[in-house]
Amino acid sequence: MAERSDEDQGGMPVSTSPVYRVLLYGLLFLFTIFFALPIIWMGITAIKPFNEWLTPNFIPINPTLNNFTSIFNDPTLPVARWFFNSFIIATMFTVLIVVIDSLAAYAYARMEFRGRKFLFALMLTTLVMPGIMFLIPNYITIAELGWIGSYQGIIAPGLSGVFGVFFLRQFFLSIPKELEEAAYVDGANTFQTFFRIVLPLSGGAIATLAVITFLTSWNDFLWPLLMTSPVREMQTLPVGLATLQGQYTFDYGKLMAGALVLTLPVLLLYVLSQRYIIKSIATTGLKG
Amino acid sequence: MTSEVAAAKSLATVAAVQRRGFNIAPYLFILPHLLFFAAFLAWPFFFGAYTSLFQFDFLRPENRPFVGLDNYTRLFDPAAIQAANFWRSMRATVTFMIVSVPPLVIFAVFLAVLLNNRFGGRNFFRMVFFAPYTLSVTAAAVIWWWLFQNQGLVNQALRALGLGGEQWLSSMPEAWIAITIATVWWTIGFNTVIILAALQEIPASLYEAAAIDGASPARRFWHITLPMLRPVLVLVITITLLASANLFGQPYIMTAGGPTQQTETVIFQIYNEGIRRGQMGSAAAMSIIVAGILLVLTALNFKFFGKSETE
Repeated sequence: MAERSDEDQGGMPVSTSPVYRVLLYGLLFLFTIFFALPIIWMGITAIKPFNEWLTPNFIPINPTLNNFTSIFNDPTLPVARWFFNSFIIATMFTVLIVVIDSLAAYAYARMEFRGRKFLFALMLTTLVMPGIMFLIPNYITIAELGWIGSYQGIIAPGLSGVFGVFFLRQFFLSIPKELEEAAYVDGANTFQTFFRIVLPLSGGAIATLAVITFLTSWNDFLWPLLMTSPVREMQTLPVGLATLQGQYTFDYGKLMAGALVLTLPVLLLYVLSQRYIIKSIATTGLKG
Repeated sequence: MTSEVAAAKSLATVAAVQRRGFNIAPYLFILPHLLFFAAFLAWPFFFGAYTSLFQFDFLRPENRPFVGLDNYTRLFDPAAIQAANFWRSMRATVTFMIVSVPPLVIFAVFLAVLLNNRFGGRNFFRMVFFAPYTLSVTAAAVIWWWLFQNQGLVNQALRALGLGGEQWLSSMPEAWIAITIATVWWTIGFNTVIILAALQEIPASLYEAAAIDGASPARRFWHITLPMLRPVLVLVITITLLASANLFGQPYIMTAGGPTQQTETVIFQIYNEGIRRGQMGSAAAMSIIVAGILLVLTALNFKFFGKSETE
């Protein structure tokens, strides 16, 4: 009995009883509706004209893009700017995390230095520290730097995170040491070895970290809300959507259009890279 | 000359360089991360405690006297408004933890067991179940806020079934039910994926042996699956408890803390006290009490459920 494809591997063999199969697929179908329907309903509402919002029809009678044009053209709601802010912030944050964390991870994976054990233990302890205790003091720090309502105010505190360091360190440890030793024999120094040997081998791990980091940053709500609630132009899309809700309370079509603008890039990224995302979450959970 | 000899030689060289004296390279590698780590994770640990000893009126820099433990004692003074707000928000948070953690863990085990069957299209279903987790909390909350409106899809479906609608977001306990359903929808995929990965690590031979002994599927689940899942379940329960304790975005969007502030959670309260009212000292004290409770909870969870892994 050869296994046919990736998705048939592993798992419990399904009983051949037709009753069992009907039950299994019936349940899967119900859950699929539960998970997919809210997203589909958001999309449907977003393309309905206002007189159809409260009707439960799934196919709009007069589909329209008016909800999108009106939120993008409202001078009090800089939706295009929010999109731009979210994109710039998530991109800069991702690049910085990858650079900063891969450098640190390599040192913690391969180098001996004074204070290494202490720093590593300190980073481990912060993993169990509830994030809530950092909120107020970091807000004061950012305020004293004059960074409220700025990109750096949103980005900087997140760069202290240790997830990326642990994630990449774990990967670097799995690279055979001999490759780096060969580079040292050839006269390369630590930096050359890292950039020419280790990094090119780590594309997959770095891509995974980058995708997860981008998603996290794009979706982040509480911290950007603290940073930008007084400055509309500097808000990100998740914060902007909350502003939109405050402004348009019961204009459901416009709100769902806003939610779709926020959601669509993420869903695209997810569909393209879901195997890596799911795999990395599965392994992180198992190792944690 | 074999490569092993070369490798051994190079190892010796590296070790010698490192032993000979101070090597700057490792510090250059860790420096960028260490700077941010020190500024935004290590320093606030102390700075938060320090702040909690001052009145620290954020809006009026001249009004920041040292007050000792007043910010803490006030939270235990029945006459103080802060105490009333804080403990009401604690009740709200604990309520949500009690109603949300069991479904988030039990249904995740159920979904994972379902997905662990060998059938066509498994990866498709796993992808769909996990998809909501990739949304922002605002998107998830706005979608469910819309579904739970009086004229929303949930009430329309209920009325079609002749059940009559509810005022989901403005009455109790309906508001908690709505927030819990939205949260389960949004985050259960995360727990499911972790549990599914753990299920796939359980050796098939255990089940085969049990099947030969004539154990029913239910007995196999109780006597093999659950015990084997125990370490990962402790982890999942802990992560879920902490995530539920951090509830903020869903009530912020769906109920604005209502009805009558009953879904204002501790994060909501700390946000109101510190950011909206500018009372940073008082908000810092609240944060430290909450963080302390969460740390104890985490420790107890591991001690209580995680102890007999090797039995």
